[in-house]
Amino acid sequence: MNLLFPVIAVAAAFLVGSVFVLLIGDNPIETYWLLIGSALWWPDGIGYTLFLATPLIFTGLAVAVAFRAGLLNIGAEGQLYVAAFATAWVGIVLANVPATVLVPLCFAAAIAAGATWGAIPGLLKARFGSHEVINTIMMNFIAVALVSYFTQYHYRTPGDPILQSAPISANAYIPRVGELIPGFPERIPLNLAFILALVACVLVYVLLWKTKWGYELRATGSNPSAAEYGGISVRRQIVLAMAISGGLAGMVGINEVLGYRHRYYDGFSDNYGFTGIAVALLGRNHPVGVILAALLFAILTRGGIPVDAFTQNVTKDIVQILQATIILFVAAEALFRKPFQRWLTSSPSR
Amino acid sequence: MLQLRNITKRFGGVLANDQIAITVEPGTIHAIVGENGAGKSTAMRIAYGFYTADSGEILIDGHIRRIQRPHDAIALGIGMVHQHFMLVDTMTVAENIILGAETGTPASLDLDEATARIRKLTDDFNLAVDPRALVEDLSVGQQQRVELLKALYRDARLLILDEPTAVLTPQEVEEFFAILRGMRQQGKTIVIITHKLAEVLAVSDAVTVMRDGRVVGRVKTKDTTAAELARLMVGREVLLRVEKTPAKPGAATLSVRNLTVTPAIADLSFDVRAGEIVGVAGVEGNGQRELIEAIAGLIDPAQVSGDISLDGAPIAGLSARDRRERGMAHIPEDRHRRGLLLEFGLDENAILGVHYRPPVTYGVFVNDREVQRRTAGIIQRFDVRPPNPALPARALSGGNQQKLIIGREFELRPRLLLVAQPTRGVDIGAIEFIHRKLVELRDAGCAVLLVSAELEEVMSLADRLLVIHKGRIAGEVDPQMASAAEVGMLMTGGH
Repeated sequence: MNLLFPVIAVAAAFLVGSVFVLLIGDNPIETYWLLIGSALWWPDGIGYTLFLATPLIFTGLAVAVAFRAGLLNIGAEGQLYVAAFATAWVGIVLANVPATVLVPLCFAAAIAAGATWGAIPGLLKARFGSHEVINTIMMNFIAVALVSYFTQYHYRTPGDPILQSAPISANAYIPRVGELIPGFPERIPLNLAFILALVACVLVYVLLWKTKWGYELRATGSNPSAAEYGGISVRRQIVLAMAISGGLAGMVGINEVLGYRHRYYDGFSDNYGFTGIAVALLGRNHPVGVILAALLFAILTRGGIPVDAFTQNVTKDIVQILQATIILFVAAEALFRKPFQRWLTSSPSR
Repeated sequence: MLQLRNITKRFGGVLANDQIAITVEPGTIHAIVGENGAGKSTAMRIAYGFYTADSGEILIDGHIRRIQRPHDAIALGIGMVHQHFMLVDTMTVAENIILGAETGTPASLDLDEATARIRKLTDDFNLAVDPRALVEDLSVGQQQRVELLKALYRDARLLILDEPTAVLTPQEVEEFFAILRGMRQQGKTIVIITHKLAEVLAVSDAVTVMRDGRVVGRVKTKDTTAAELARLMVGREVLLRVEKTPAKPGAATLSVRNLTVTPAIADLSFDVRAGEIVGVAGVEGNGQRELIEAIAGLIDPAQVSGDISLDGAPIAGLSARDRRERGMAHIPEDRHRRGLLLEFGLDENAILGVHYRPPVTYGVFVNDREVQRRTAGIIQRFDVRPPNPALPARALSGGNQQKLIIGREFELRPRLLLVAQPTRGVDIGAIEFIHRKLVELRDAGCAVLLVSAELEEVMSLADRLLVIHKGRIAGEVDPQMASAAEVGMLMTGGH
């Protein structure tokens, strides 16, 4: 039942999308075949799709955890930027530290930076009651400008025309999947961070549903007054949830810097933080749902490239329309829920 | 005036109304009583056209009528006031009343004519309310009058009122009954849906009793008693009086000295001893909630001053959790806002407050086996229905939600129990059970501080009774000796 409505929403969006494709003058079935088929093609299609899904799993989880605590974290974007910069910074300044120490340090830097950036709006809300939506948006502006400044004026290689930092130490690299699985081409940037994302999903699930901390976090999100009554410090939960959320968003930096570019590249995020909101929404704020939703968005992004190139008229704009339509349908879930439930109750039950 | 004949209505698999027949004589006040879910609201919603019956007939003034929408009912002179008011807060009284029946042309609203008509109605029926006032500025009692005016403005001859007194203070109830009697005098017919027997006896002429979707009794009010009505409603003998032996109080468990919560209460001092129930009576909103929440540690310490001690140790500086650790339990007045996580299962609700410590946890993990064991115990001992731990708390009736909370708090074996409005919105059968449990806890040596807006409840349960007015103790009385009138005087600040 929980998965039913997102699935209906996705199907309805594809239906609406096919109307667009028809109007433009292409064949929707062929277009979708190309879209999905190319995104799942072994090994490049699937490799790139999983690579694109990795940051979305992290940000989707981040938004979901905050949402379970009753908070809307619009700030994953800023959190992942500071985290990516922080992990690159550690990889640059501690260049001579051996890999066994440096890689964990870089992980810690990414998570800590994201968590701190998330905890600040959490603290502001807990202490002064100012709304986290406004504050996380503001923190995004600050984050983007701050890391851009540091990159440009302090950590750029002199003479480099691209706005990016100096490369990190090779000791901080994490392996690509191609180095781990024989036969999988090493040119595909899918890396250890994807495994990390799956582990994060398991950990978030255990945290939320198997530990007392998760209970307190969810209780706060479900009914803060009742949580307070039950002896839970709502203020502490708000800060904690935002920190966890920020830490998860920060792990995008691991994928980006340690696994892919090996340096901080300014403006690298393809709106991962904001897409994460849609991923969490579509995934019902559940880790398994987040994985599925992240995969769907990654398929649409990856499959959009050949659709753009090989169909007569459909461009990647249409793919974006499809993405937006899915989000609209999911958000307007009541649209399906009402008639569906009426149908369920009116059908003879005996 | 109104007659329902063999009305049957099914919702999915549930038979809400089973061949029911109700006759309301013109010019009378007719009460329809029954427990939650007995089908009384359903029957009246059918009469008002909110639902259509699966079978059966509705007769108005002896003629069979088809009522398929509220619009049809209004045209036949039927008005209905719902338990939850349907008013637009940001509009004036007059604007609310004419909503859907506007006078003037579509382009120009003639409010003056409407206001004049409303003024005449307020005079005729003694419904003091200013047509130009904004609804959001009115008290709940006044808002109810606006709802009555809405029906009267549409020339209703029959008024159906769903649980009209649920939201009113005892004073407002008295005024409200006077209004109803005035309407009856002017020839209106009134149906009130309720489960409060004292009110039925006070105001109605005839009673229809419903249980499990059927009509199980029709009596003239003057020929019946509360005990008979209760027996019909519940289907078995019900104890309306609380049976208890005199208290054997020990040392003071809770001591409150000069407690002040700005702006609600000022300088309160009292003790609650082990093995006694101290009742707090008062008109709602006179500081009762703040009193309980200040003791429970749920009010921002910046607003609270004075000393609170539990078993001789000061607790005023402690967090809510630390107070609970020292043997305090709390049954809050608003179970939806405070007492329950409505989306969570019964099991996750059963551990709220003890969720962080063994045996409910091992390390940081929640011990599901212990959670289930605890939940099953509460469900069994407190007769929570349906007995399904996985069900969200939202799915339970008010009485069963309350039993779950009471079970959870009793499980703590508290030294001190704070309990507010323990039987609000709870069926008679469950009320009897809850009262018995509270007395059992007292007899086991627990100190109980009880706040209730039901005067009868505090008078019969409490061993000592404090009366609170405007945040101060207006007097202490012996509930065995004092009369309700005497307490009522103290409640309103008279002497």
